Formats: sequence, structure tokens, C-alpha cells
Amino acid sequence: MDLTGKTLFIANRGEIAVRINRAAKALGMKVAQAYSEADADMLAVRLSDDAYEVGPPQAAKSYLDIGRLLEAASQSGADAIHPGYGFLSENAEFAGAVDEAGMVFVGPAAETIALMGDKAAARAAAVRAGTPVAPGSDGRIETPADARAVADRIGFPLMIKAAAGGGGRGIRIARNQEDLERLVPQARSEAQAAFGDGGLYLERLLENARHVEVQILGDGKRAIHLFERECSLQRRRQKVWEEAPAVCLSDDQRQSICEASVKLAESVSYRGAGTLEYLFDPGAGTFAFLEMNTRVQVEHPVSEFVTGVDIVQEMIRLAFGESLSLSQNDVSRNGHAIEVRVNAEDPMNNFMPFPGVVGAMSVPDNVRFDTMLYEGYAIPPFYDSLLGKLIVHGETRADALSKLQAALAEFKIEGLKTTLPLYEMLALDPDVAADKFHTQFLENWLETHLSVPA
Amino acid sequence: MTKQIRSPLPGTFYRKPAPDQPNFVEDNAGVKAGEVIGLVEVMKSFHEVKAEEDGNNVRFLADNEAPIMAGAVLAEMD
Repeated sequence: MDLTGKTLFIANRGEIAVRINRAAKALGMKVAQAYSEADADMLAVRLSDDAYEVGPPQAAKSYLDIGRLLEAASQSGADAIHPGYGFLSENAEFAGAVDEAGMVFVGPAAETIALMGDKAAARAAAVRAGTPVAPGSDGRIETPADARAVADRIGFPLMIKAAAGGGGRGIRIARNQEDLERLVPQARSEAQAAFGDGGLYLERLLENARHVEVQILGDGKRAIHLFERECSLQRRRQKVWEEAPAVCLSDDQRQSICEASVKLAESVSYRGAGTLEYLFDPGAGTFAFLEMNTRVQVEHPVSEFVTGVDIVQEMIRLAFGESLSLSQNDVSRNGHAIEVRVNAEDPMNNFMPFPGVVGAMSVPDNVRFDTMLYEGYAIPPFYDSLLGKLIVHGETRADALSKLQAALAEFKIEGLKTTLPLYEMLALDPDVAADKFHTQFLENWLETHLSVPA
Repeated sequence: MTKQIRSPLPGTFYRKPAPDQPNFVEDNAGVKAGEVIGLVEVMKSFHEVKAEEDGNNVRFLADNEAPIMAGAVLAEMD
């Protein structure tokens, strides 16, 4: 389908709005951009053909207001709406409302979002498709007796998870029977308050595991994978550093998890770009399905670097009903990519947020910097702290790491505190260089390596 | 004499610890130095705002969930 001249409405902000803008322009589309009162000066507004204010700074009254967004989108004459990540990107009601308003939602069908958004139902879908999962409950647990029975079967430590949670939210860890008795009622009322759904399920906790995730693309019938990413370096369950490929996997392990992911995506007739997240136990060589994200991910550029596929362009084409243009055999891996998330936080002061005015910037050559920044931009305090992503590509992991070190030594952003100094230290760390880390590594590392004033 | 409580940070001001809980400090109440009078959410992290001195008859100038700039006067008191 020729998308030239069609209008894409971007219902998001920050660096991802800029990224989506670039993909839309490459497809010959016109861009209409939503913005809150606090975002009138943002880069994505400046790069758009048309921009529409959708409400006050608070996200609940702007970027999360379905009515306001749809009104602005239809005013812009949009053919399609891209939700980006976060905000309404995994909101089935929004996807359905966009569809009903006669526009294309750039993402899977509302029913797929609803299915995968219920984490207990997603786990059940994974089991049906033969995807490896951690030992756990079959669907939701309804009574304390259910919880005890599951715990007897799978053992401790285990995670009590909210069915409506996800992204690391709504998780409690029980190390014994006593914890379980105490935490299940607490978790239920918290999940009810936080998500409006008190449903819980249980899963065995894997400790010292690695976070490995598989990027897939689907057209509703067929799906392919774009290989995997390694995202174990996390703080407070938020990824800060991502790589492709995951060099901790053998070729057989890589092939098996990528194929299992394609099978799961096809089993739910997946359309668009999606990610299947797993924990990988390097000792046992086993995977456990965590969740599926039905949207573009922050860390998509590392997969773009190693496969050469433009994921954001592909997801727009797929949303308009095109069939996959690639077959699995067309996708190959080339080299190694590393991304670090540049946040407006001071790593030397307990990651205190630092909304400020961007001074002189010097970005090294030969790197990709996906960003919302420009010199003189006043960063609003109302949204998350992600300013941009620095991505490097090398022939091998060692080569990518040395390119990252060189880039970080040159990279300067005046006027702000950012997490760049943290990455300078991590890029020189022997354990990081040796690929010896897991999902709890960074928090321990921060305690021993960063002198944090009390 | 009128005293002011200012926000040290820009962001979103909250008068209560959670939506279903009462205000930290009710209008016209008194506060002690060091008492938490609200939260400021900046880039998704929450920071307490404390009264720097004792005061009476606190009058909030910033509404719950209002966007505020650093240095904004949140409340006045006697």
C-alpha cells in the first residue's frame, strides 16, 4: 500500500514521538502531533506538519484522555494513530475507540491487547502455544487454599503477581508459607486499588536470571522474529542498558526461544510489532515467559542495528493491513549493538530527577542518538526522565563496548545532570565486559561502586 | 506575620499520600517545623515537602494535583 500523503497522528511525546515522526516521514506520510500545555516547545511538535494541544500538563488530562486525543486526531484528518510506548499504547479501550472512529490503530487488535494485558491469561496463552513458562498457577488463584496448593506444588521462593500488572509492577516475593499467608491478601487489595482488578497468579521466582526478550513482527497470519535482546541491567525493574544479541545464549538456545516466540505470536494472530519477555536461567539453560508487550519498545534500536529492519516503519505498514514483506530467511544478524538510556537523573545523588534547561550538546559521530533534546530546551518535570538513547554498533560485543566507551568520553550535555557518567563507569567494568551479570546485578553494583551521600 | 511554604522542585503537587487517603494537612490547621505538608512528583518520582518552621492557620494556594514550578508558593500560614 502506498502511504504517501496519508496522515499519522502521534499520541505520545518525547524521544519516541520524534522516532515515529522520522519513520512516518520516510514513508511519505504527513505527521500530526499531540502535545500537552507543558510540551508546546518539544522537538516532536517542531518536526510535525500540524500540532494539536490535548490538555494540561498532567498526563491523565492529556496523553491519557481518549476523548481529547480522538477529537484532535479527527480534526487533523488523521488516517492512523500511533500510540508509542507507555500512556495508551497497551490500552485495549483506546485501540477499540480508534478503530470505531474509522482510523487505523498502529498496534495489534484491541482483543489481542486485552488478552496479553491480562498477565494470567497471557501466561495461559503461552502454555497453550508450548512456550516455556516458570512453574506457577494455571490462571488466577481465587482463594488462600488455592494459593497454598500451588505453593506446595511449585515451591518457594515464589512471586505473587497481579494479573493486571506488568512491567515489573504489582509483584511481591514470598520466601515461605508465612509470607504467602500475609502477602496474598495485601497483594489482592493493592492490585484492586492500583489496577481496579484484584486478580492474582503465582510463579516460581528465578534468582540470578537474565532478562532476554524476542522482537517479533506479525501480519495477523504469519509472524517472524528479529532475534533477541539482552536487558538484564536494570534499576528498580527499569532497564537502563540493552544489547542485541544476547551473547549468553548458545545458537540452539537462541533458535529455540525465537521459534517459540513466533509460535506464540501466530497463535494469537498477532499483528504489528511485539516483544516476548523471558527470564533465562544460564545454569539450567531454561527460559520462563514473563509477559508480552504489544507495542514498540524503548530498546527497539538495538534490534534495528543488528537486523537492518526499521521496526517502526514496519509496524505502521502492518497496521494498514499489509502482509509481512520479509520472510524469516530474509532476516540475518550482523554484529552487536548496545543502547544506554540517557535519563535526566543524577546517578551520584540517588538518581534525583533533574529537569533543567539543555545547554551546549556535543554528540559524537558514528553513533545513533534517538532524542527529544535540542539546545535551549526546558525539560518539563511532568513526565518520565528519559531524554534519549545512545546506541552503538560494532562487529563484535567487544568492538561495540569499545565504541561505547569512546562515544561516552566525547558525549557532552551541559546544563543537566544525566545518567551518562554511570554508563562511563559500567562500560569500563570488568564484569560487564565479561557479560557476567543478571537482573539483580546493577542494584548491588550501585551500592558498592557509587558513593551515594546519605 | 505571614509565612510561606515554597516547593523546592518543579512538578505536580499532591496534598495527600494517596488518592484514597486524607490530606497531610487540612486547611486552617497548624504545622510543626519538619512536618510533611505535601508531595511533589517530578519525573515520576515523589519528594516530600516539609514546613521549615512552625505555623498556624495554613492556607493552601496550590490545589491538589496542580502543576507547579520550582519556588512556587504552595501555602501561606501565620
